[in-house]
Amino acid sequence: MARSSARPGRTVTVFFLGLAIAYALVALIGTWKPALGLDLEGGTQITLIAKGNVTKDNLQQAADIIDQRVNGSGVTEATVNTQGSNEIVVQVPGASQNNLLSLVTQVAQLRFRLVAQVSPTTGTTTPPTTGASPSASPGSGVLLPSSSSSPKAPSTSKPSGKNTGKNRAPFVLGKHHKNKTPKSTSTKAPKPSSSPTGTPTTAPATGPTSTSQVNYTAANRASFQDGLAWQTNPDPQSVEVYNNYTCPTTKPVVDDPALPLVTCQGSQKYLLSPALIEGTQITSASAAAPGSSQGQVLWTVNIQLDSSGAATERKLSAAMAGDQTKLFAIVLDGKVISAPYYKGVIPNGQSEISGNFNEGSAKSLATSLKYGALPITFDQTKTTNQVIGPSLAGDQLKAGLTAGIAGLILVMIYCLLYYRGLGLVVIASLLVAGATTYALVLLLAKSAGFTLTLPGIAGLIVAVGITADSFIVFFERIRDEMRGGKSMRVAVEAGWIRARATCLAADAVTILAAVVLYIFAAGVVKGFAFALGLSTLIDLAVFFWFTHPMVSWLARFPFFNKGHRLSGLDAENLGLDRLPAGGRA
Amino acid sequence: MGKFSRLGNDLYSGRRSIDFVGRRHLWYAISGVIIIAAVLGLWFRGLNFGIEFVGGAEYTVTMPSGQATQANADKLRTAVADTGIPAAKQVVVTTAGTNSILVQTEPLNPTESNTISATIEQTVGVTKAQLSIDEIGPSWGKEVAKRSITGLFVFLILVVLFIWAYFRQWKMSFAAIVALIHDLVITVGIYALSGFEVTPATVTGVLTILGFSLYDTVVVFDKVRENTKNLKASHQTYAEAANLAVNQTLVRSINTSIVALIPVGAILYVGAVQLGSGPLKDLALALFVGMAAGAYSSIFIATPMLAHMKSREAGVQEHEKRLKVRRRHEADRYASVPTFTDDMAVGTDPDAVPVAGAPAAATSGGNRPTPSTEALGRGRVVPPARGPVRPSGASGRVQPTRQAKSKRGKK
Repeated sequence: MARSSARPGRTVTVFFLGLAIAYALVALIGTWKPALGLDLEGGTQITLIAKGNVTKDNLQQAADIIDQRVNGSGVTEATVNTQGSNEIVVQVPGASQNNLLSLVTQVAQLRFRLVAQVSPTTGTTTPPTTGASPSASPGSGVLLPSSSSSPKAPSTSKPSGKNTGKNRAPFVLGKHHKNKTPKSTSTKAPKPSSSPTGTPTTAPATGPTSTSQVNYTAANRASFQDGLAWQTNPDPQSVEVYNNYTCPTTKPVVDDPALPLVTCQGSQKYLLSPALIEGTQITSASAAAPGSSQGQVLWTVNIQLDSSGAATERKLSAAMAGDQTKLFAIVLDGKVISAPYYKGVIPNGQSEISGNFNEGSAKSLATSLKYGALPITFDQTKTTNQVIGPSLAGDQLKAGLTAGIAGLILVMIYCLLYYRGLGLVVIASLLVAGATTYALVLLLAKSAGFTLTLPGIAGLIVAVGITADSFIVFFERIRDEMRGGKSMRVAVEAGWIRARATCLAADAVTILAAVVLYIFAAGVVKGFAFALGLSTLIDLAVFFWFTHPMVSWLARFPFFNKGHRLSGLDAENLGLDRLPAGGRA
Repeated sequence: MGKFSRLGNDLYSGRRSIDFVGRRHLWYAISGVIIIAAVLGLWFRGLNFGIEFVGGAEYTVTMPSGQATQANADKLRTAVADTGIPAAKQVVVTTAGTNSILVQTEPLNPTESNTISATIEQTVGVTKAQLSIDEIGPSWGKEVAKRSITGLFVFLILVVLFIWAYFRQWKMSFAAIVALIHDLVITVGIYALSGFEVTPATVTGVLTILGFSLYDTVVVFDKVRENTKNLKASHQTYAEAANLAVNQTLVRSINTSIVALIPVGAILYVGAVQLGSGPLKDLALALFVGMAAGAYSSIFIATPMLAHMKSREAGVQEHEKRLKVRRRHEADRYASVPTFTDDMAVGTDPDAVPVAGAPAAATSGGNRPTPSTEALGRGRVVPPARGPVRPSGASGRVQPTRQAKSKRGKK
């Protein structure tokens, strides 16, 4: 920093260059008005109507999850509330956003089930069989993708020979599979699926799908042994439903975790056990592009299960590891997105889902999983989407802005009276801080969807006022140093070093508050934390790159360093009876 | 301005000093009374949560196409707010599409609900059939509130660690957190007592206080640390050094508070007086109270409390003891002897001499007291013995003892 004080002009020039670039970007975008929030500009209102019987708790829980989804980035300040007994109302600032609608309504009920039988849709089989084996991909202990489980189009790319070869009688579980060494799955090595079947496509695995619930009540999710036993020997009732089931059907998907499930995925028909692991047992999820195959990037979704989920998975993988005929299925909203086998034991609940994901679908799935599975489903046909007006009258914004600006002008006048010459620096700094804030708000509105609500605007105005505190700390330090007998020019540098430490520490606390609240809080608080962090960073930038160099530069003028009556640093203003020693500077 | 500047210099040099640290029990008592009032208010009156927290009723007014304009919405807002029903004071009115207007209020009882319906019907000329009433849930569910509170706690823990890491004194962390909680309780208490509505804007304001209160405290503590860095070598006790630090930053604190409170005050004025209600008032009131409390607590609570805790440390106590002895020695016993002047009055009572002035002056950086110009009528005054000489160490501190060579450790 010593260098910057030696060349204050350069620092200020660079700072202004940065500001000019910011405004150039704003000019490129072409919007000079910040994106305003729901209260000021209105937005889109999406009404979701739940299907079936929902409890109040379920509805509220779903609203909370949707709130986290729409406010995932936290800067748009959307509101979510429940209405009546079965509706959720989502209000989002700005005009209609179609991708948002799909994000909101995505049900994302992820469940792990065991595959008892699988066959091409045309077949009406058979004895218990497992087929559709995934390819022998490298790597161990990871859920391996069965890229063949979701071919893009039915009837293509599915060599039927694969299935028939695998037909086999049921056998006692857990005996044959101990040869694979249990291994940590912490390595998320790329799994280029060298599958001979169905080349991965970038289309998400959402082929024609339909499901039917098997009327079966004995099994439930509680026991993995039950699930394993059921896998090898499904009850006849389910098998009958399975055999009579034809794909594709247009029946709606009903995915009850406690019951076996028959579902179609592409050209495959699956008979699945009751859910053994629920989506609610997922603690985190993220999208990753682990590698590429045949020139195509394969996106996967990494998930981490909680302790109970991890325990179940450990037992399951121990029992099933290595047997390529023992498949389990990852079922999302009744659709099989992947049906791999366990190559090794998975001890710590880290899994990887691969299917035919592209970047968008992988990220969307990760978001849905991370922010939880919705406990209820919605009637897509009754979802309404309408434009709503602002909830506040227009005069509120005008009044708020007027008041804020009047307040800032009063602040300037006060600084001018008290600090005289240095007050000019305060005014210039406040103006620069205001300009920087405005530019960044405009840029962030475009890039991050940052919207300003009325409290947000008031908060930013107040923050600019609080920003002035840095200058006051600095100026008081300079004056203290001068009272200690230093000359003006020396005092500026000595005061700067001390004021800098103080301001950095104090601003660090504020930034800490902003970051913590941004990470942990939800909804409106997130947007606030964002604005708070932004204004604090602007404060620091202006303080370091504008205020200090300006004062250093001004200290070269005799007006200041000789202590002119109006400089704010004269003996009378400092309360001294004489010029400070060395006042010649 | 000149006088204020002079004050700044006097405060800095310690020539004039306000005893913040010494009168700490007074400040504790004042804060205690305010906090008890706040807690009682919270306990008995509770907070008046807004529609975002408790949900409420939503009236959907179906209108002929094209009639659902912003002007009509504004008209409805004014009309419903003017019904005088407290739950409808913070009414939210939005247009939805081109043919309906949504009116949201806090939960209403049937009578109030009828009044509101009638008001709506009259204001925009619709029939009962065009009005549907729904119950809406809070947009600030338990989950959102829970997460915010989690965030708050994580922040408090991190801030304790941060302040400890920066100052290397957990007592500073403790004092800063106490001051912060003090500010939060007072702010929330004011809301409870005044019955103002708690909305997300209020929460935003309260959270801003977190940063502001700590910012202020850190600045003052930074000065305290600077003044107490070489405490062993200084002529001040910890409490005096801390008090000097507060005095030295007093001008900054005042200026900062003025500068921060002016814009908030302006917004509060417009929000509360001109507009009457709405998010501006909610935000500005929380900010105004919190900032004022924050400035107060960093001076009157945090620093005295720090000095208070510090005064129990063995090292600080020992230093204080030593200083006491040193001052006794350094005090000019003959300071009360007047220098001779021609018009010197003779024959005043020597007991009336303000002897107490001598040690008080000595506290401020070891300045020699100014000689009194009053004449006493006598020359040298031998001070009376303070008591029999005790066999203890000369200056009240532990004296080194010499031990036999065999008992000393190997060097």
